[in-house]
Amino acid sequence: MEEKEIHDELAAIRGLMERSSKFISLSGLSGILAGIYASIGSGVAYYILYAGDYPVKHNSHYFIAEGIQSIINIYSLLLLGILVLLASVVTAIILSSRQAKRKGQPIWGKISQSLLFHMSIPLLTGGLLILIFMYDGSYGIVAPASLIFYGLSLVSASNFTFTDVKYLGLCEIALGLIAACLPSYGLLFWALGFGVLHIIYGGMMYLKYDR
Amino acid sequence: MKISFDKLDKAFENRVRLQIMSVLAANERYDFNSLKDLLNITDGNLASHLKALEKEEYIVVHKSFLGRKPNTNYEATVIGKKAFKEHLDTLEQLIKHQKST
Repeated sequence: MEEKEIHDELAAIRGLMERSSKFISLSGLSGILAGIYASIGSGVAYYILYAGDYPVKHNSHYFIAEGIQSIINIYSLLLLGILVLLASVVTAIILSSRQAKRKGQPIWGKISQSLLFHMSIPLLTGGLLILIFMYDGSYGIVAPASLIFYGLSLVSASNFTFTDVKYLGLCEIALGLIAACLPSYGLLFWALGFGVLHIIYGGMMYLKYDR
Repeated sequence: MKISFDKLDKAFENRVRLQIMSVLAANERYDFNSLKDLLNITDGNLASHLKALEKEEYIVVHKSFLGRKPNTNYEATVIGKKAFKEHLDTLEQLIKHQKST
């Protein structure tokens, strides 16, 4: 056996061990796009909440809670949130399946299923908790809780994909806890967590793995 | 230069068998169909290599049912994991040896 042959053999083994246990087709580009959608969404939400208010009430307590006085606002915000989520998920599916084809990994296989399963437990728990609190009129919990539970879901999903995802999750959790201490800046933290962090991490992942 | 070619495990001479062991070394269990998709080989081909590894007692088979569909899972044994590791070590030594000469 030539040296190069052995090297190839070892590289093939390493690749297979990774490909069989981790979903390495997660697209960095979809992270960047999700961040952009979330930033636009936050901008629109800001407009919905504070349009017509003048001067902008930055120093008011319970920033989000105060804007939601009319029932129309709540529904348009919910709709906006669902739109952003849907756009991000669709983008992630399209780009990751393209990536999966290139890396020879099934998009809907054993690993992507465990990835989604482990992600969905904290995500569904958090989503239901937020809805329950919203039903009670506690809107202040939305931003911190969505950041914290999203972070938890990333940490638990990171066992099945790149380890970098774990650090993104930890950052989201930290940001969520800070947001909980500063309830009047909920929307700002939401934009930071879902917008800016996604763009930064998506960019890093793109440079590291996509090409 | 003689060191190690005979140390290389005969059971892993075939590429598919080595690939199967790599997957089972990285995962607790793996099922037949996922293995087939991952390695991109035919049913018969995969089955015959799995049989061979089973005969060496490098892997064990777990058969169960998912609803009405049979679901076959494979798991590496302690002997199998040890043999796999030794095989890799030998490959590594071969590289080192060739570099130093």
